[in-house]
Amino acid sequence: MPIQALLGQLLVGLINGSFYAMMSIGLAIIFGLLGITNIAQGAFYMMGAFFSWLLLREAGIGYFYALVLSPLIVGLIGAAIERTLLRRVYKLPHEYGLLLTFGILTFTQGLFIYIFQTAGRPYPVPTELAGGFNLGFMFLPKYRAWVVIASLTTCFLVWYALEKTSLGRTLRAATENPTLTRAFGINVPALMTLGFGAGVALAGAAGVLAAPIYTVSPIMGADLIIVVFAIIVIGGMGSIMGAIVTSVSLGLLEGLAKVYYPQGSNMVVFVIMIAVLLLRPAGLFGREK
Amino acid sequence: MWAPIMTEPVIAIRQLQGYYGESHVLHGVDLDVAAGEVITIIGRNGAGKTTTLRAIMGILENRQGSIRIQGRETIADPSERIARLGIGYVPEERGIYSSLDVMENLMLPPRLGPGGMSLDDIWQLFPNLLERRRSQGTRLSGGEQQMLAFARVLRTGANIFLLDEPTEGLAPVIVQQIGKAVEAMKAKGHTMILVEQNFRFAARLADRHYVMENGRVIDVIAKADVPSSLDKIKSYLGV
Repeated sequence: MPIQALLGQLLVGLINGSFYAMMSIGLAIIFGLLGITNIAQGAFYMMGAFFSWLLLREAGIGYFYALVLSPLIVGLIGAAIERTLLRRVYKLPHEYGLLLTFGILTFTQGLFIYIFQTAGRPYPVPTELAGGFNLGFMFLPKYRAWVVIASLTTCFLVWYALEKTSLGRTLRAATENPTLTRAFGINVPALMTLGFGAGVALAGAAGVLAAPIYTVSPIMGADLIIVVFAIIVIGGMGSIMGAIVTSVSLGLLEGLAKVYYPQGSNMVVFVIMIAVLLLRPAGLFGREK
Repeated sequence: MWAPIMTEPVIAIRQLQGYYGESHVLHGVDLDVAAGEVITIIGRNGAGKTTTLRAIMGILENRQGSIRIQGRETIADPSERIARLGIGYVPEERGIYSSLDVMENLMLPPRLGPGGMSLDDIWQLFPNLLERRRSQGTRLSGGEQQMLAFARVLRTGANIFLLDEPTEGLAPVIVQQIGKAVEAMKAKGHTMILVEQNFRFAARLADRHYVMENGRVIDVIAKADVPSSLDKIKSYLGV
Protein backbone atom coordinates (compact mmCIF):
# COMPACT_ATOMS: atom_id res chain seq x y z
CA MET A 1 0.00 0.00 0.00
CA PRO A 2 1.63 3.29 -1.05
CA ILE A 3 1.90 5.70 1.84
CA GLN A 4 0.75 8.58 -0.38
CA ALA A 5 -2.61 6.94 -0.96
CA LEU A 6 -3.07 6.32 2.74
CA LEU A 7 -2.16 9.86 3.73
CA GLY A 8 -4.24 11.26 0.92
CA GLN A 9 -7.32 9.41 2.09
CA LEU A 10 -6.64 10.30 5.72
CA LEU A 11 -6.55 13.96 4.71
CA VAL A 12 -9.87 13.60 2.89
CA GLY A 13 -11.18 11.85 5.99
CA LEU A 14 -9.94 14.66 8.22
CA ILE A 15 -11.64 17.26 6.01
CA ASN A 16 -14.91 15.32 5.99
CA GLY A 17 -14.58 14.86 9.74
CA SER A 18 -14.21 18.62 10.15
CA PHE A 19 -17.43 19.20 8.22
CA TYR A 20 -19.18 16.52 10.24
CA ALA A 21 -17.97 18.21 13.42
CA MET A 22 -19.35 21.63 12.49
CA MET A 23 -22.66 20.11 11.47
CA SER A 24 -22.99 17.88 14.51
CA ILE A 25 -22.17 20.48 17.19
CA GLY A 26 -24.83 22.72 15.63
CA LEU A 27 -27.28 19.84 15.87
CA ALA A 28 -26.25 19.07 19.44
CA ILE A 29 -26.80 22.67 20.57
CA ILE A 30 -30.20 22.80 18.88
CA PHE A 31 -31.28 19.45 20.28
CA GLY A 32 -30.12 20.34 23.79
CA LEU A 33 -31.80 23.72 23.93
CA LEU A 34 -34.94 23.20 21.82
CA GLY A 35 -35.44 19.43 21.99
CA ILE A 36 -35.69 19.49 18.21
CA THR A 37 -33.93 17.08 15.89
CA ASN A 38 -33.17 19.50 13.09
CA ILE A 39 -33.45 17.45 9.91
CA ALA A 40 -33.11 20.72 7.97
CA GLN A 41 -29.47 21.17 9.06
CA GLY A 42 -28.32 20.01 5.58
CA ALA A 43 -30.46 22.72 3.96
CA PHE A 44 -28.74 25.41 6.05
CA TYR A 45 -25.37 23.99 4.98
CA MET A 46 -26.50 24.25 1.37
CA MET A 47 -27.75 27.80 1.95
CA GLY A 48 -24.40 28.79 3.41
CA ALA A 49 -22.64 27.61 0.25
CA PHE A 50 -25.25 29.19 -2.02
CA PHE A 51 -25.16 32.57 -0.33
CA SER A 52 -21.39 32.76 -0.67
CA TRP A 53 -21.74 31.85 -4.36
CA LEU A 54 -24.48 34.50 -4.81
CA LEU A 55 -22.49 37.13 -2.91
CA LEU A 56 -19.58 36.56 -5.27
CA ARG A 57 -21.62 36.46 -8.46
CA GLU A 58 -24.12 39.22 -7.71
CA ALA A 59 -22.09 41.61 -5.60
CA GLY A 60 -18.48 40.65 -6.13
CA ILE A 61 -18.11 39.97 -2.42
CA GLY A 62 -15.22 37.59 -1.94
CA TYR A 63 -14.63 34.44 0.08
CA PHE A 64 -13.39 35.86 3.36
CA TYR A 65 -16.27 38.33 3.66
CA ALA A 66 -18.68 35.57 2.69
CA LEU A 67 -17.25 33.43 5.48
CA VAL A 68 -18.74 35.95 7.92
CA LEU A 69 -21.74 37.26 5.99
CA SER A 70 -23.14 33.99 4.72
CA PRO A 71 -23.40 32.23 8.11
CA LEU A 72 -24.84 35.46 9.51
CA ILE A 73 -27.61 35.47 6.89
CA VAL A 74 -28.23 31.76 7.49
CA GLY A 75 -28.38 32.41 11.24
CA LEU A 76 -30.90 35.23 10.79
CA ILE A 77 -33.08 33.04 8.59
CA GLY A 78 -32.83 30.34 11.27
CA ALA A 79 -33.81 32.82 13.99
CA ALA A 80 -36.84 33.89 11.96
CA ILE A 81 -37.86 30.26 11.43
CA GLU A 82 -37.51 29.56 15.15
CA ARG A 83 -39.71 32.55 16.04
CA THR A 84 -42.42 31.84 13.51
CA LEU A 85 -42.52 28.05 13.17
CA LEU A 86 -40.46 25.98 15.61
CA ARG A 87 -41.82 27.81 18.65
CA ARG A 88 -45.22 26.30 17.92
CA VAL A 89 -44.12 22.69 18.36
CA TYR A 90 -42.05 22.79 21.60
CA LYS A 91 -44.95 21.56 23.70
CA LEU A 92 -45.85 18.79 21.26
CA PRO A 93 -44.15 15.37 21.08
CA HIS A 94 -40.70 15.19 19.42
CA GLU A 95 -42.06 13.79 16.14
CA TYR A 96 -43.68 17.12 15.34
CA GLY A 97 -40.35 18.93 15.42
CA LEU A 98 -38.87 16.21 13.23
CA LEU A 99 -41.70 16.51 10.72
CA LEU A 100 -41.64 20.30 10.73
CA THR A 101 -37.89 20.49 10.09
CA PHE A 102 -38.26 17.80 7.43
CA GLY A 103 -40.83 20.05 5.79
CA ILE A 104 -38.46 23.00 6.02
CA LEU A 105 -35.75 20.85 4.40
CA THR A 106 -37.87 19.74 1.45
CA PHE A 107 -39.34 23.21 0.99
CA THR A 108 -35.92 24.88 0.97
CA GLN A 109 -34.36 22.29 -1.30
CA GLY A 110 -37.34 22.51 -3.64
CA LEU A 111 -37.17 26.30 -3.70
CA PHE A 112 -33.46 26.30 -4.56
CA ILE A 113 -33.93 23.63 -7.24
CA TYR A 114 -36.76 25.70 -8.72
CA ILE A 115 -34.61 28.81 -8.90
CA PHE A 116 -31.15 27.39 -9.61
CA GLN A 117 -31.76 23.88 -11.01
CA THR A 118 -29.75 20.95 -9.70
CA ALA A 119 -26.58 21.46 -11.71
CA GLY A 120 -23.52 22.08 -9.57
CA ARG A 121 -21.87 25.49 -9.73
CA PRO A 122 -18.16 25.84 -9.14
CA TYR A 123 -16.84 28.27 -6.53
CA PRO A 124 -13.24 29.31 -7.03
CA VAL A 125 -10.63 28.67 -4.36
CA PRO A 126 -9.63 32.13 -3.03
CA THR A 127 -6.27 33.20 -4.48
CA GLU A 128 -4.74 33.55 -1.01
CA LEU A 129 -5.37 29.85 -0.42
CA ALA A 130 -4.57 28.55 -3.91
CA GLY A 131 -1.67 26.20 -4.47
CA GLY A 132 -0.28 23.92 -1.86
CA PHE A 133 2.66 22.55 0.08
CA ASN A 134 4.84 19.77 -1.20
CA LEU A 135 5.48 17.75 1.91
CA GLY A 136 7.82 15.38 0.05
CA PHE A 137 5.65 12.33 0.63
CA MET A 138 2.46 14.06 -0.52
CA PHE A 139 1.02 17.28 -1.92
CA LEU A 140 -1.15 19.20 0.55
CA PRO A 141 -3.46 21.77 -1.06
CA LYS A 142 -3.45 24.96 1.02
CA TYR A 143 -7.20 25.25 0.89
CA ARG A 144 -7.73 21.80 2.40
CA ALA A 145 -5.35 22.55 5.23
CA TRP A 146 -7.26 25.78 5.80
CA VAL A 147 -10.61 23.98 5.96
CA VAL A 148 -9.35 21.62 8.67
CA ILE A 149 -7.79 24.43 10.71
CA ALA A 150 -10.76 26.79 10.30
CA SER A 151 -13.42 24.25 11.21
CA LEU A 152 -11.57 22.69 14.12
CA THR A 153 -10.80 26.18 15.46
CA THR A 154 -14.48 27.07 15.16
CA CYS A 155 -15.44 23.89 16.99
CA PHE A 156 -12.96 24.62 19.75
CA LEU A 157 -14.28 28.18 20.09
CA VAL A 158 -17.84 26.91 20.35
CA TRP A 159 -16.80 24.42 23.00
CA TYR A 160 -14.93 27.16 24.89
CA ALA A 161 -17.87 29.56 24.67
CA LEU A 162 -20.22 26.92 26.07
CA GLU A 163 -17.97 25.65 28.84
CA LYS A 164 -16.06 28.73 29.99
CA THR A 165 -18.14 31.86 29.46
CA SER A 166 -21.14 33.28 31.27
CA LEU A 167 -23.27 33.00 28.12
CA GLY A 168 -22.31 29.33 27.91
CA ARG A 169 -23.18 28.87 31.59
CA THR A 170 -26.60 30.38 30.95
CA LEU A 171 -27.12 28.22 27.84
CA ARG A 172 -26.20 25.06 29.74
CA ALA A 173 -28.61 26.02 32.52
CA ALA A 174 -31.39 26.73 30.00
CA THR A 175 -30.69 23.35 28.39
CA GLU A 176 -30.86 21.47 31.69
CA ASN A 177 -33.82 23.18 33.33
CA PRO A 178 -35.49 25.88 31.21
CA THR A 179 -38.38 26.45 33.61
CA LEU A 180 -36.23 27.26 36.62
CA THR A 181 -33.81 29.26 34.50
CA ARG A 182 -36.67 31.51 33.44
CA ALA A 183 -37.72 31.85 37.07
CA PHE A 184 -34.31 33.43 37.74
CA GLY A 185 -35.19 36.20 35.28
CA ILE A 186 -33.34 34.78 32.29
CA ASN A 187 -35.09 35.15 28.95
CA VAL A 188 -34.92 31.52 27.83
CA PRO A 189 -37.15 31.96 24.75
CA ALA A 190 -34.66 34.53 23.43
CA LEU A 191 -31.81 32.10 24.15
CA MET A 192 -33.62 29.46 22.13
CA THR A 193 -33.83 31.81 19.16
CA LEU A 194 -30.14 32.57 19.58
CA GLY A 195 -29.28 28.88 19.95
CA PHE A 196 -31.13 27.86 16.83
CA GLY A 197 -29.65 30.76 14.87
CA ALA A 198 -26.13 29.89 16.03
CA GLY A 199 -26.65 26.17 15.43
CA VAL A 200 -27.70 26.64 11.82
CA ALA A 201 -25.09 29.37 11.28
CA LEU A 202 -22.47 26.68 12.04
CA ALA A 203 -23.96 24.59 9.24
CA GLY A 204 -23.90 27.70 7.03
CA ALA A 205 -20.23 28.25 7.82
CA ALA A 206 -19.49 24.62 6.94
CA GLY A 207 -21.27 25.26 3.65
CA VAL A 208 -19.05 28.25 2.85
CA LEU A 209 -15.94 26.19 3.65
CA ALA A 210 -17.26 23.39 1.45
CA ALA A 211 -18.11 25.58 -1.55
CA PRO A 212 -14.63 25.59 -3.17
CA ILE A 213 -14.18 21.83 -2.57
CA TYR A 214 -17.55 20.46 -3.64
CA THR A 215 -19.71 22.10 -6.25
CA VAL A 216 -22.49 24.32 -4.97
CA SER A 217 -25.87 22.72 -5.62
CA PRO A 218 -29.30 22.62 -3.98
CA ILE A 219 -28.89 18.98 -3.02
CA MET A 220 -25.33 19.18 -1.66
CA GLY A 221 -26.54 18.85 1.93
CA ALA A 222 -28.72 15.81 1.38
CA ASP A 223 -26.03 13.09 1.52
CA LEU A 224 -23.95 14.82 4.15
CA ILE A 225 -26.80 15.09 6.62
CA ILE A 226 -27.48 11.35 6.62
CA VAL A 227 -23.90 10.63 7.67
CA VAL A 228 -24.04 13.44 10.24
CA PHE A 229 -27.15 11.97 11.83
CA ALA A 230 -25.45 8.57 12.01
CA ILE A 231 -22.53 10.29 13.76
CA ILE A 232 -24.89 11.98 16.21
CA VAL A 233 -26.40 8.59 17.01
CA ILE A 234 -22.92 7.11 17.52
CA GLY A 235 -21.63 9.96 19.69
CA GLY A 236 -24.85 10.60 21.56
CA MET A 237 -26.34 14.04 22.06
CA GLY A 238 -24.59 14.36 25.40
CA SER A 239 -21.63 16.62 24.85
CA ILE A 240 -20.11 19.06 22.40
CA MET A 241 -16.63 17.62 22.84
CA GLY A 242 -18.09 14.15 22.27
CA ALA A 243 -19.64 15.32 19.01
CA ILE A 244 -16.32 16.80 17.82
CA VAL A 245 -14.28 13.72 18.72
CA THR A 246 -16.80 11.32 17.16
CA SER A 247 -17.04 13.39 13.98
CA VAL A 248 -13.30 13.59 13.36
CA SER A 249 -12.72 9.93 14.27
CA LEU A 250 -15.42 8.72 11.91
CA GLY A 251 -14.16 10.97 9.12
CA LEU A 252 -10.71 9.40 9.53
CA LEU A 253 -12.19 5.92 9.72
CA GLU A 254 -14.04 6.53 6.46
CA GLY A 255 -10.72 7.59 4.93
CA LEU A 256 -9.05 4.40 6.15
CA ALA A 257 -11.89 2.32 4.76
CA LYS A 258 -11.40 3.95 1.36
CA VAL A 259 -7.82 2.65 1.35
CA TYR A 260 -8.29 -0.82 2.78
CA TYR A 261 -11.84 -1.75 1.78
CA PRO A 262 -13.12 0.82 -0.73
CA GLN A 263 -16.34 -1.09 -1.39
CA GLY A 264 -17.36 -0.57 2.23
CA SER A 265 -16.25 3.02 2.72
CA ASN A 266 -19.74 4.49 2.42
CA MET A 267 -21.07 1.88 4.78
CA VAL A 268 -18.57 1.98 7.61
CA VAL A 269 -20.31 4.78 9.56
CA PHE A 270 -23.62 2.97 9.41
CA VAL A 271 -22.14 -0.37 10.46
CA ILE A 272 -20.65 1.37 13.49
CA MET A 273 -23.97 3.07 14.14
CA ILE A 274 -25.75 -0.29 14.23
CA ALA A 275 -23.12 -1.73 16.56
CA VAL A 276 -23.38 1.26 18.90
CA LEU A 277 -27.17 1.10 18.90
CA LEU A 278 -26.98 -2.56 19.89
CA LEU A 279 -24.33 -2.18 22.58
CA ARG A 280 -24.79 1.34 23.93
CA PRO A 281 -28.08 2.85 22.75
CA ALA A 282 -27.43 6.27 24.32
CA GLY A 283 -24.28 6.67 22.18
CA LEU A 284 -20.61 6.72 23.12
CA PHE A 285 -20.75 10.07 24.93
CA GLY A 286 -24.46 10.14 25.71
CA ARG A 287 -26.05 9.70 29.08
CA GLU A 288 -28.48 6.86 29.67
CA LYS A 289 -31.86 8.18 30.61
CA MET B 1 -64.67 50.18 58.44
CA TRP B 2 -61.75 52.23 59.56
CA ALA B 3 -58.38 51.07 58.36
CA PRO B 4 -54.95 52.54 58.82
CA ILE B 5 -53.49 54.16 55.74
CA MET B 6 -51.35 51.45 54.27
CA THR B 7 -49.13 51.16 51.29
CA GLU B 8 -50.23 48.51 48.85
CA PRO B 9 -49.07 45.02 49.82
CA VAL B 10 -45.91 43.80 48.10
CA ILE B 11 -47.83 40.76 46.94
CA ALA B 12 -51.62 40.84 46.62
CA ILE B 13 -53.36 37.75 45.32
CA ARG B 14 -57.07 37.73 44.52
CA GLN B 15 -59.24 34.85 43.39
CA LEU B 16 -56.30 32.89 42.03
CA GLN B 17 -57.31 29.85 39.99
CA GLY B 18 -54.70 27.34 38.86
CA TYR B 19 -54.78 24.31 36.60
CA TYR B 20 -52.47 21.40 35.86
CA GLY B 21 -53.69 20.16 32.52
CA GLU B 22 -57.34 19.25 33.03
CA SER B 23 -57.29 19.31 36.80
CA HIS B 24 -58.29 22.45 38.66
CA VAL B 25 -55.92 22.76 41.64
CA LEU B 26 -56.24 26.30 43.00
CA HIS B 27 -59.79 27.45 43.73
CA GLY B 28 -59.70 31.18 44.40
CA VAL B 29 -56.70 31.84 46.63
CA ASP B 30 -56.59 35.25 48.37
CA LEU B 31 -53.36 36.26 50.04
CA ASP B 32 -51.55 39.50 50.99
CA VAL B 33 -47.99 40.07 52.06
CA ALA B 34 -46.88 43.49 53.30
CA ALA B 35 -43.39 44.85 52.82
CA GLY B 36 -40.93 43.20 55.18
CA GLU B 37 -43.46 40.65 56.31
CA VAL B 38 -42.79 36.93 56.54
CA ILE B 39 -45.79 34.70 55.98
CA THR B 40 -46.03 30.96 55.75
CA ILE B 41 -48.37 28.78 53.81
CA ILE B 42 -49.12 25.63 55.76
CA GLY B 43 -51.40 22.71 55.17
CA ARG B 44 -51.45 19.05 54.25
CA ASN B 45 -49.74 17.56 51.24
CA GLY B 46 -51.60 18.40 48.07
CA ALA B 47 -53.31 21.45 49.58
CA GLY B 48 -51.87 23.71 46.86
CA LYS B 49 -48.97 25.37 48.72
CA THR B 50 -46.22 24.67 46.19
CA THR B 51 -48.66 25.33 43.36
CA THR B 52 -49.41 28.77 44.80
CA LEU B 53 -45.70 29.63 44.76
CA ARG B 54 -45.37 28.29 41.22
CA ALA B 55 -48.36 30.39 40.18
CA ILE B 56 -46.84 33.56 41.67
CA MET B 57 -43.58 32.78 39.88
CA GLY B 58 -45.34 32.23 36.55
CA ILE B 59 -44.08 28.65 36.38
CA LEU B 60 -47.69 27.49 36.53
CA GLU B 61 -48.75 29.11 33.28
CA ASN B 62 -52.38 28.11 33.37
CA ARG B 63 -53.65 30.54 36.00
CA GLN B 64 -56.39 33.14 36.33
CA GLY B 65 -57.38 35.82 38.80
CA SER B 66 -55.04 38.53 39.94
CA ILE B 67 -51.49 38.54 41.27
CA ARG B 68 -50.17 42.03 41.89
CA ILE B 69 -46.50 42.31 42.78
CA GLN B 70 -45.36 45.73 43.92
CA GLY B 71 -48.47 47.17 42.41
CA ARG B 72 -48.08 45.51 39.04
CA GLU B 73 -50.45 42.90 37.60
CA THR B 74 -48.44 39.79 36.66
CA ILE B 75 -51.10 37.19 35.98
CA ALA B 76 -50.30 37.13 32.26
CA ASP B 77 -46.56 37.75 32.50
CA PRO B 78 -43.91 35.17 31.62
CA SER B 79 -41.75 33.83 34.42
CA GLU B 80 -38.62 35.80 33.51
CA ARG B 81 -40.46 39.11 33.66
CA ILE B 82 -41.96 38.28 37.07
CA ALA B 83 -38.55 37.36 38.46
CA ARG B 84 -37.19 40.71 37.27
CA LEU B 85 -39.52 42.45 39.74
CA GLY B 86 -37.00 41.33 42.36
CA ILE B 87 -38.11 37.86 43.35
CA GLY B 88 -35.76 35.14 44.54
CA TYR B 89 -37.20 31.64 44.24
CA VAL B 90 -35.91 28.61 46.12
CA PRO B 91 -37.83 25.63 44.70
CA GLU B 92 -38.82 22.56 46.65
CA GLU B 93 -36.48 20.31 44.64
CA ARG B 94 -33.69 22.94 45.14
CA GLY B 95 -33.02 23.08 41.41
CA ILE B 96 -29.25 22.73 41.49
CA TYR B 97 -27.90 22.31 37.94
CA SER B 98 -25.77 19.21 37.40
CA SER B 99 -24.16 20.64 34.27
CA LEU B 100 -22.85 23.61 36.29
CA ASP B 101 -20.34 23.59 39.12
CA VAL B 102 -21.10 25.26 42.46
CA MET B 103 -19.59 28.59 41.44
CA GLU B 104 -21.48 28.57 38.13
CA ASN B 105 -24.73 27.71 39.91
CA LEU B 106 -24.10 30.62 42.24
CA MET B 107 -23.33 33.11 39.48
CA LEU B 108 -26.15 32.03 37.15
CA PRO B 109 -29.07 34.26 38.24
CA PRO B 110 -28.71 37.83 36.97
CA ARG B 111 -28.77 40.83 39.31
CA LEU B 112 -32.32 41.90 40.02
CA GLY B 113 -31.67 44.89 42.24
CA PRO B 114 -29.17 46.64 44.48
CA GLY B 115 -28.02 45.28 47.83
CA GLY B 116 -27.36 41.68 46.94
CA MET B 117 -24.93 39.77 49.13
CA SER B 118 -21.28 39.79 48.11
CA LEU B 119 -19.43 36.53 47.62
CA ASP B 120 -17.55 37.17 50.86
CA ASP B 121 -20.81 37.48 52.78
CA ILE B 122 -22.04 34.28 51.19
CA TRP B 123 -18.89 32.34 52.10
CA GLN B 124 -19.24 33.62 55.65
CA LEU B 125 -22.84 32.48 55.86
CA PHE B 126 -22.18 29.12 54.16
CA PRO B 127 -18.50 28.20 54.55
CA ASN B 128 -19.08 24.73 53.05
CA LEU B 129 -19.83 26.26 49.69
CA LEU B 130 -16.46 27.98 49.49
CA GLU B 131 -14.66 24.69 49.98
CA ARG B 132 -16.77 22.98 47.37
CA ARG B 133 -17.02 25.76 44.81
CA ARG B 134 -15.44 23.68 42.02
CA SER B 135 -17.61 20.61 42.62
CA GLN B 136 -20.36 19.66 40.23
CA GLY B 137 -23.60 21.12 41.63
CA THR B 138 -25.39 17.85 42.22
CA ARG B 139 -22.40 16.23 43.94
CA LEU B 140 -23.21 18.28 47.03
CA SER B 141 -25.08 16.81 49.97
CA GLY B 142 -28.76 17.70 50.37
CA GLY B 143 -27.93 20.33 52.98
CA GLU B 144 -25.21 21.89 50.86
CA GLN B 145 -27.55 21.97 47.88
CA GLN B 146 -30.10 23.85 49.97
CA MET B 147 -27.41 26.33 51.07
CA LEU B 148 -26.46 26.80 47.44
CA ALA B 149 -30.10 27.34 46.47
CA PHE B 150 -30.31 30.08 49.13
CA ALA B 151 -26.94 31.61 48.32
CA ARG B 152 -27.85 31.76 44.66
CA VAL B 153 -30.84 34.04 45.23
CA LEU B 154 -29.25 36.07 48.03
CA ARG B 155 -26.60 37.28 45.59
CA THR B 156 -29.14 38.77 43.18
CA GLY B 157 -30.41 41.67 45.25
CA ALA B 158 -33.94 40.29 45.23
CA ASN B 159 -36.10 41.67 48.05
CA ILE B 160 -39.00 39.23 47.83
CA PHE B 161 -38.30 35.56 48.48
CA LEU B 162 -40.42 32.51 47.83
CA LEU B 163 -39.02 29.60 49.83
CA ASP B 164 -40.51 26.16 49.22
CA GLU B 165 -39.90 23.61 51.99
CA PRO B 166 -36.39 24.87 52.80
CA THR B 167 -35.90 22.43 55.68
CA GLU B 168 -37.36 19.31 54.09
CA GLY B 169 -35.16 16.27 54.58
CA LEU B 170 -32.34 18.15 56.27
CA ALA B 171 -30.41 17.28 59.44
CA PRO B 172 -31.24 19.44 62.51
CA VAL B 173 -27.88 21.22 62.42
CA ILE B 174 -28.47 22.24 58.80
CA VAL B 175 -32.03 23.31 59.63
CA GLN B 176 -30.52 25.65 62.23
CA GLN B 177 -28.16 27.11 59.66
CA ILE B 178 -31.00 27.65 57.18
CA GLY B 179 -33.04 29.20 60.02
CA LYS B 180 -30.23 31.68 60.64
CA ALA B 181 -30.16 32.59 56.98
CA VAL B 182 -33.92 33.21 56.97
CA GLU B 183 -33.63 35.32 60.15
CA ALA B 184 -30.86 37.37 58.57
CA MET B 185 -33.02 37.89 55.51
CA LYS B 186 -35.92 38.99 57.66
CA ALA B 187 -33.69 41.39 59.60
CA LYS B 188 -32.72 42.97 56.30
CA GLY B 189 -36.39 43.76 55.72
CA HIS B 190 -36.97 41.25 52.96
CA THR B 191 -40.49 40.09 52.24
CA MET B 192 -40.92 36.32 52.32
CA ILE B 193 -43.41 33.60 51.62
CA LEU B 194 -42.39 30.35 53.23
CA VAL B 195 -44.01 27.03 52.48
CA GLU B 196 -43.11 24.77 55.35
CA GLN B 197 -44.12 21.41 56.80
CA ASN B 198 -41.99 21.94 59.87
CA PHE B 199 -44.38 24.14 61.87
CA ARG B 200 -41.97 24.68 64.77
CA PHE B 201 -39.48 26.11 62.29
CA ALA B 202 -42.14 28.24 60.62
CA ALA B 203 -43.75 29.49 63.83
CA ARG B 204 -40.55 31.11 65.03
CA LEU B 205 -40.04 33.10 61.85
CA ALA B 206 -43.44 34.04 60.50
CA ASP B 207 -45.69 37.02 61.19
CA ARG B 208 -48.76 35.24 59.87
CA HIS B 209 -49.74 31.77 58.76
CA TYR B 210 -52.01 31.05 55.82
CA VAL B 211 -53.65 27.66 56.11
CA MET B 212 -54.52 25.99 52.82
CA GLU B 213 -56.78 23.05 52.08
CA ASN B 214 -57.98 21.73 48.72
CA GLY B 215 -56.63 24.71 46.81
CA ARG B 216 -58.17 27.37 49.09
CA VAL B 217 -57.04 29.49 52.02
CA ILE B 218 -59.23 28.34 54.90
CA ASP B 219 -57.71 30.32 57.75
CA VAL B 220 -55.16 33.00 58.55
CA ILE B 221 -53.49 32.95 61.97
CA ALA B 222 -51.43 35.86 63.26
CA LYS B 223 -48.28 35.16 65.23
CA ALA B 224 -49.84 36.42 68.48
CA ASP B 225 -52.71 33.95 68.13
CA VAL B 226 -50.53 30.91 67.52
CA PRO B 227 -50.27 29.79 71.20
CA SER B 228 -54.06 29.80 71.62
CA SER B 229 -54.65 28.13 68.26
CA LEU B 230 -52.33 25.15 68.58
CA ASP B 231 -55.13 22.57 68.62
CA LYS B 232 -56.73 24.10 65.58
CA ILE B 233 -53.38 24.17 63.76
CA LYS B 234 -52.75 20.54 64.65
CA SER B 235 -56.06 19.54 63.17
CA TYR B 236 -55.34 21.57 60.00
CA LEU B 237 -52.02 19.83 59.55
CA GLY B 238 -53.46 16.46 60.40
CA VAL B 239 -50.84 15.68 63.04
